[in-house]
Amino acid sequence: MSHSDSAHSDWKLGDPPIVHHMDSHTAYDAARLGMWLFLATEILLFGGLFAAYLFYHWMYFAEFHHASKSLNWQLGGLNTIVLLFSSYLAVMAVDSVKLGKSEKAYKYLMATIGCGFIFLIIKAFEYHAKYSHGLFPGMDTFNSEAHQVEYKMFFGLYFCMTALHAFHVILGMGLLLWAALKVRAGHFSSKYYTPVEVGALYWHLVDLIWIYLFPLLYLVG
Amino acid sequence: MSHSQTGSTYHSHGALYLKVFWALLALTVITVAVSRVDFGTWNIVVAMVIASIKALMVALIFMHLSHEDKVTWLYAIFPLILMGVLIGLVFLDNPYRVNPDGSWEYPLPKSTEAAPAAHH
Repeated sequence: MSHSDSAHSDWKLGDPPIVHHMDSHTAYDAARLGMWLFLATEILLFGGLFAAYLFYHWMYFAEFHHASKSLNWQLGGLNTIVLLFSSYLAVMAVDSVKLGKSEKAYKYLMATIGCGFIFLIIKAFEYHAKYSHGLFPGMDTFNSEAHQVEYKMFFGLYFCMTALHAFHVILGMGLLLWAALKVRAGHFSSKYYTPVEVGALYWHLVDLIWIYLFPLLYLVG
Repeated sequence: MSHSQTGSTYHSHGALYLKVFWALLALTVITVAVSRVDFGTWNIVVAMVIASIKALMVALIFMHLSHEDKVTWLYAIFPLILMGVLIGLVFLDNPYRVNPDGSWEYPLPKSTEAAPAAHH
């Protein structure tokens, strides 16, 4: 009791939160391990869609190839570069906060969020192009007999996979914005940066999934 | 240089991170270039190998997996094994699916279907 009281009185803004059941070093390790476990579930969430995509790609090889060609690989490639760069910015934010350069870390985090925003804008343009061609699942033109069922299968999977991924981009942006504001307010610093590092881990996973989505959907089809 | 959260001295890895970023960019260009060449079914294999090299670089360096302990590695690898089981079983199960009338539930892939159809 007296121990925790004295620990509380010594606590300053930017210090690790005081946890009673473990020391802060163990808490740091546990947080990263917990995030990796969560990322494992995320990989399996996308894993079902990847399995479905690979199966139907194998079944309808020619149709998927044809449907894939209608995607704009230049925009997909540009988005790949944007996400890879954002991952670099995120890891630099972690590097900066570890070095005690909070102002720099804040800027890197905001730049990462900016890249996420650019990614979503480019994605919106791609979605719009497909929508205006009537290739959005559920539309009358999409449901009509004009398109082969295999063609519909490709775009069904395309929209499921990229929309789930875009949803993760939005969540990651929110997480990093929260981390950035806390860094600027001095809550996270070189003494306590667990949430920044764990948030960056989440962002890297979003990048990792796109690394597979881009060649699967846009290139090899 | 700074004293990190764990109490140990921390030096910037910025130079390494920048190199990794350029390598990832180069591999992206290679992926696009290779996809222009027609390897048939092998295109997807080549693309997935390059993607996996990129993923490995992101995981090991950007996600600091190379500094993590064995338990974290286990957490990183087990979903890949489960995904392998899932995809493997999907492909293993499919050829043995038969409709009640005796026909195959799924036809063979279109690329190989042309040959037997020529007999009719």
